[in-house]
Amino acid sequence: MTTVTSKPPFEAVVAQHGATVLRVCRAVLGPADADDAWSETFLAALAAYPRLPGDANVEAWLVTIAHRKAIDITRAAARRAVPVAAVPDRPAAQRADGRDLDLPGALAALPRRQREAVAYHYLAGLPYAAVAAVTGGSTDAARRAAADGIARLRKTYPALTDAEEDLDDHQP
Amino acid sequence: MITNHEPDLTAGLPAVTDAELAALHARLERDAGAAGVLDVAYRTLDTPVGTLLLAATEDGLVRVAFASEGHDQVLESLAARVSPRILRAPGRLDEAAREVDEYFAGRRRRFDLPLDFRLSAGFRRIVLGRLPSIDFGKTVSYAQVASDVGRPRAFRAVGTACATNPLPVVVPCHRVVKSGGDLGNYRGGPEAKRFLIDLEAA
Repeated sequence: MTTVTSKPPFEAVVAQHGATVLRVCRAVLGPADADDAWSETFLAALAAYPRLPGDANVEAWLVTIAHRKAIDITRAAARRAVPVAAVPDRPAAQRADGRDLDLPGALAALPRRQREAVAYHYLAGLPYAAVAAVTGGSTDAARRAAADGIARLRKTYPALTDAEEDLDDHQP
Repeated sequence: MITNHEPDLTAGLPAVTDAELAALHARLERDAGAAGVLDVAYRTLDTPVGTLLLAATEDGLVRVAFASEGHDQVLESLAARVSPRILRAPGRLDEAAREVDEYFAGRRRRFDLPLDFRLSAGFRRIVLGRLPSIDFGKTVSYAQVASDVGRPRAFRAVGTACATNPLPVVVPCHRVVKSGGDLGNYRGGPEAKRFLIDLEAA
């Protein structure tokens, strides 16, 4: 045996991160495609797992894979769709007053970059530098996209509450 | 840093249920097996000698572990020694679990399973290869096994091979005892060894 640093069985990775990755897939793609994205993400992650450096941030690695799978699924859906001059970023329920959306609907109505930044930072708990590494672009741009996304969500989904400070143990 | 105004998104999103995660896990087990990237599949099985961990590679059953060994530690060891591509995937263990169940129910005297001996090497591997030919219900001494494999003075090494058998119960190291009648060491503890000998004598 040459490996000194052993990594946990992949089962532990699924147990620890499965729910978070599903929330991220649902937020980015919507519920219909989220299961496929989750499945393709964890299958690809399992295949690549032995090559993952022992000190890697597993959550960021999974989100990176999920991000690519989401793009693949969106492109495949666009290819299946009737060709149009410009593919809309996402078919979103547009409401004049911006009210009455539930949170999934409000997320779906965000521009893709904002939706990704919000999901990766606020659902997966990635720091903005890690969000930027996943989506491309600068850390500042990732921070701005998340802030813009949250500002818009607060308008379209006024029920958005702040986490209790003493209950919030995640560290973005 | 935690600020005062971190929005709590999960509160407004549909909950991720255990049933949903279980369904996704089952799909991952099937996909991983079909894609050839499930290097180790495992499940647990309740038996009269406690909960056993059964683990199999694509080549066959690779590890049977007693609860006293610490199943989490055994899985970590498999991750280091075989591969970290490990999932709880009972499908691959269906036949092994059935045969072990039948054995404890007194309806099976021989195991007919593909075995993967990659966790033992050299002389230990030779010793383990000899054990399945000890008949159900019989016991032999460490010295006898040493003699059978052509190393009559290596009875201590035979003892070590039995004590480190990665496939206890299925590869019957419990049928090897000390010449004086003492049971000798056993991975699952002396009570488990006594139970298996009595089970086969019944």
